[in-house]
Amino acid sequence: MRHALPETEQSGGIVAITAARRKRTLIIGIGNSLRGDDAAGPSVARLLASAALPADVRIHEREGAALMDVWEGYDRVFLVDAVVSGAPVGTVHRFDVGEAPLPSARFASLSHDFNVLEAVELARALGCLPASLAVFGIEGARFSHGSTMRPEVAAAAEVVARTIREEVGT
Amino acid sequence: MSTKTMKVDYLARVEGEASLNIRMKDGTVKDVQFAVFEPPRFFEAFLKGRRAAEAPDITARICGICPVAYQMSSCHAIEQAYGVTVDGTLRDLRRLLYCGEWIESHALHVHLLHAPDFLGYQDGIQMAADHPMEVKRGLRIKKIGNDIVNIVGGREIHPINVRLGGFYKAPARQRLTAMLDDLKWAYDASVETIRWTASLPIPEFERDYEYVALRHPREYPMNEGRVVSNKGLDIPNTEFEQHFVEEHAPYSNALQCALDGRPYHVGPLARYNVNFDLLPKELRRVAESVGMKPPVLNPFKSIVARAVETAYACGEAIRLIEGYQTPEKSSVTVEPRASTGCGCTEAPRGILYHRYKLDDLGVILDAKIVPPTAQNQKTMEDDLRQLVPENIGLPEADLLWRCEQSVRNYDPCISCATHFLKLNRVEE
Repeated sequence: MRHALPETEQSGGIVAITAARRKRTLIIGIGNSLRGDDAAGPSVARLLASAALPADVRIHEREGAALMDVWEGYDRVFLVDAVVSGAPVGTVHRFDVGEAPLPSARFASLSHDFNVLEAVELARALGCLPASLAVFGIEGARFSHGSTMRPEVAAAAEVVARTIREEVGT
Repeated sequence: MSTKTMKVDYLARVEGEASLNIRMKDGTVKDVQFAVFEPPRFFEAFLKGRRAAEAPDITARICGICPVAYQMSSCHAIEQAYGVTVDGTLRDLRRLLYCGEWIESHALHVHLLHAPDFLGYQDGIQMAADHPMEVKRGLRIKKIGNDIVNIVGGREIHPINVRLGGFYKAPARQRLTAMLDDLKWAYDASVETIRWTASLPIPEFERDYEYVALRHPREYPMNEGRVVSNKGLDIPNTEFEQHFVEEHAPYSNALQCALDGRPYHVGPLARYNVNFDLLPKELRRVAESVGMKPPVLNPFKSIVARAVETAYACGEAIRLIEGYQTPEKSSVTVEPRASTGCGCTEAPRGILYHRYKLDDLGVILDAKIVPPTAQNQKTMEDDLRQLVPENIGLPEADLLWRCEQSVRNYDPCISCATHFLKLNRVEE
């Protein structure tokens, strides 16, 4: 029942830290890698960790309310999470967080905790948003323990990783 | 003559999935159902054939917010079966781990799940916009609780460091003492929270509850104690099943429990009423100064009791860490034998009972798990039977909200309540 994960992949761990002083861009893949489509966020993080970007990359498996602690001190943040809104599986929703609140009510929470959009709105209410925040929601459907990501979700993860790589690499 | 049904299809700000159905006729409540529709999870079934050493890890998966409670109840049950005692530093470490869980569970519930009700906000996010200081305080207290669980348990969610006989690796003293400044802040912040929760608009409501909690001769209970009530119950945990019986109501996927046929109330308010004298003097003084002198029979004051317990756990964590020396061994030896054992510990939401029957190789032959939310279900429904007629003059939306707030007094954990063995359906 205990998985001996390598140090870099512990829950909440940092997947890739740039060699130089910590940069001000952070990419967070949110989700549980063992729960089917909920692996979408972490899989984007893993794809980007090896891309040698001028950014820190993390996997976040804890609740949404803790995100504010994770992104503290960063100027530009990308969040990636699996979402459920009824759109076709593999749909990529993108939200650039500005003045207007995110449409969090359209998205289900997978637990009693906040979904990623609600976590952002909580941070906004507390004045804890980074200067620039983009949220990618990848539509998932299957979240049972031990299941694998649907192919549409895995493909969407590649698309999101490519998009972030292009934006950060510049 | 008119019949009316009021429903909350999907209860918000509770862990898991449940709905509320209230059927009324001519202004009287005919039927109340706290209907859990989260699917049953059959843990008691698939524990059979597993090794006893796996029980702490498997049962921890019943719940994401109270895994420590499952690990503690299962360890104590199996250790009782094997005749093993864990005391001294390792006992203190288990208590410290439990303090971490109480702190994070209570801080989250008080600030983000329950307080919005008292202040008239639909959710914690809307409340946060107007009360950022209190919400930030709650989140920071919660994080400190998570940090304790991380250091002692090895991981914040589903700790990996707990084993029969103790731990896989006891933390070094300096890792714990590094937390002391944060814990001192958290203690003061929790005392502020006691005053804040007591100042919230608290609905008038009282019932003559039978409060059931653990009782230990020297300490506010977490891992050990007899099972007692404010109405004369006083038994060792080995007699639990002679008095506490679970039944399956047809409308719910969660079992409901009764004490000698009667509903009863477990959780922070029960512990508080039964064990008030064991709280430190300073906390008793603060609590009494805000109207919490026992007996406290208003379930809406459970939010204050949770704040008191949060402060207690912070203070207790400080005491345990200050007295801690890194032990030479992280666990005691455990030898299996054919046996039966039970454990009953105080999860954040109330007593959590485990019983295991084991063979001589340490394989689980039979398991029983009774979580606190299953034990509170009848009481939650009975509260509504009284609450609804008392508030019948309110507009329906407000009345329903008051009912939800009442359910949230129990901080129900529905994932825990749906773990059981058999699902008996009666189709009419």
